[in-house]
Amino acid sequence: MSTPPPPMPQSAAPEWQAAPGHPYPGYTSPIPVVRTHLGHALASEWTKIKSVRSTIWTLGVFVLLVVGIGLLTGLIVSNSDPDLGGESPLSLGFFGLLLGGMCIITLGVLTTASEYGTGMIRTTMVACPSRGRVLLAKALVFFLLAFVVTLVCATLIGFLHVSLLEEYNAKDPSGGEWLKGTVGVSLYVALLGTLSLAIGSIIRHSAGAITIMIGAVLAPLVIALFMFSSSLRDVQQALFEYSIPNQMSIFYANSLSESGPSGWDPLWIMLVLTGAAIGGAFALLESRDV
Amino acid sequence: MIEAVGLTKRYGDKTAVYNLSFQVRPGAVTGFLGPNGSGKSTTMRMILGLDNPSAGRVTIGGYPYRKLPNAPRQVGALLDAKAVHGGRSARNHLLSLAQLSGIPARRVDEVLGVVGLHDVARRRSKGFSLGMGQRLGIAAALLGDPQVLLFDEPVNGLDPEGILWVRNLMKSLAAEGRTVFVSSHLMSEMALTADHLIVIGRGQLMADMSVKDFISANSADFARVRTPDTEPQQREKLSAAITEAGGHVLPEQDGALRVTGLPLPRISDIAHDGDVRLWELSPHQASLEEAYMRMTQGAVDYRSTIDQKEGLQQQLPPGAQPPMPVPGQGQPGWYAPPPPQQGGQPFAPPQSPPGQAPAGPYGASGVPGAAPGAPAANPYAQPAPQAPQTPAPAAPPAAAPPAAAPSAPAADLTKPEDAR
Repeated sequence: MSTPPPPMPQSAAPEWQAAPGHPYPGYTSPIPVVRTHLGHALASEWTKIKSVRSTIWTLGVFVLLVVGIGLLTGLIVSNSDPDLGGESPLSLGFFGLLLGGMCIITLGVLTTASEYGTGMIRTTMVACPSRGRVLLAKALVFFLLAFVVTLVCATLIGFLHVSLLEEYNAKDPSGGEWLKGTVGVSLYVALLGTLSLAIGSIIRHSAGAITIMIGAVLAPLVIALFMFSSSLRDVQQALFEYSIPNQMSIFYANSLSESGPSGWDPLWIMLVLTGAAIGGAFALLESRDV
Repeated sequence: MIEAVGLTKRYGDKTAVYNLSFQVRPGAVTGFLGPNGSGKSTTMRMILGLDNPSAGRVTIGGYPYRKLPNAPRQVGALLDAKAVHGGRSARNHLLSLAQLSGIPARRVDEVLGVVGLHDVARRRSKGFSLGMGQRLGIAAALLGDPQVLLFDEPVNGLDPEGILWVRNLMKSLAAEGRTVFVSSHLMSEMALTADHLIVIGRGQLMADMSVKDFISANSADFARVRTPDTEPQQREKLSAAITEAGGHVLPEQDGALRVTGLPLPRISDIAHDGDVRLWELSPHQASLEEAYMRMTQGAVDYRSTIDQKEGLQQQLPPGAQPPMPVPGQGQPGWYAPPPPQQGGQPFAPPQSPPGQAPAGPYGASGVPGAAPGAPAANPYAQPAPQAPQTPAPAAPPAAAPPAAAPSAPAADLTKPEDAR
């Protein structure tokens, strides 16, 4: 590398500063300037999320998986003429939601990471230099969308299972069970998606972030399955109990173990995790170059 | 009004922009020039708050971009035509940006009409051509009807009609009193569009002056003098006389002389006094492109070399001459204005023996560092010369690229005589 030519002295440049008249004539737009706030960002993110096909695809597949698998398990169980012995029929909805969760994860990651993949993020950040506001709007819009879609599907499949299995000695779910099996699990899935959104914003790469999230969902369970050594018993137990599928099943009151999280605990765990990830994404977004 | 003060950006140990200070005033189109990798885009990104400067600051209307209230209503930018989500329609893309800054939705249809995309507004932008993408980017920049506009390579991929449109758009935006800051590689385009130029090389400011001053200061306007080919001694005689009178003489390949530092009538007088007949005495004025190349030749990071195909070519039969390279292939070690007749031999054809690049990747940089600035401390800082035949001291001095000196004699034959 050679030395670049000498930069020019500053004194020689701004001769035009002596221009007569108004110092900076400027231009004033006739369109009124409004003060922007989170509401604007929410409207913008809603336009964005509904105007790409990946949203339609992932949510479409999600509905298909949850309703389809729910319907299938319901039919299989009812056809085998079982005696459910007072078991809650809502728990059959778990399988569809576990698979459907992958779609929510994908959509969550794509909401943020696809902007990095396409370069759209630069346009967005120029249009709204308050980066935290953009992230918050994305998280809110996505969370609400994911929650509403999951809630509708979970409720639908819940009613379906209850009506299908009434005659087979199934338990009539209480109000609390209904709440956990619909609102509770929907909040959990939507939070899982929001966690993915934060990871997408941190990793800034769609495929990478989706891989990480799917690994986080499945790896603990798979690893625990192969822990045969008795000295690892405690670790295996913890991995089972705190794996995301097991936490999800707790909303239906059937867990892999008797100890570990119970009741609404999984929701609080996921809330803390998601909050931390959003916080990290927020801090990185503010400090990193876009 | 954009103002940068001591702007510096480092990526690891690489300094992309160093101590850049300039102002972009309203009411004019300011061109932003520099070779690839000179830091233009980095500077633009720092202006827009996308990258945080390592040192210094840049403000728009007195505020850093990220502190501007409702920034898109004050600054519009076209950074990268491909910075859109391809799956979204043009209209939805603009609508989401409009909503973000509280711009009424009907404005979206307005700007779509302005850039001529209303017919494809509902098509996904993935299928857009480069020119259409560029128009979409310009629409996004115009969306907020801002008083400051930044365009990074706006005419990339546009058809001639589009180029003309962009040119007029820039001018009309500036005429409305807006600040227009445009980067481009197309010198002919800049010469037509820009009023003012900011030139950077290797991340440092090289010039900040009006287009007219820039051309005058950085081009060696010269006179071509041709004496009868049949009498070489006349040529020597005239060279000596001109040098004595204070002019610079640079022989050209075809035997003509390139004279700088003397007005045309004076050259004629000298020839007359010396009893030398002239076959040609013609003025030659440089273009913006020449002026730009001359200034930035030392700051070019990416320089092409001749495609050697070494080891891939068949052995020439003994005695056969290797084919002459087509002039213009690879880049010359240093830039000199070509002769006016375009069909003629280039001044310094980029020939070199096989196995040796013309002057190495940075071979030229040693010279141009000295070339434009050798006689005076800084030619750019000096007032522009008034007489077209009195060139700035930026005339190419009789110096050869040092990298060429140890090369084989065969290479030297292709150099100008004074370069040996």
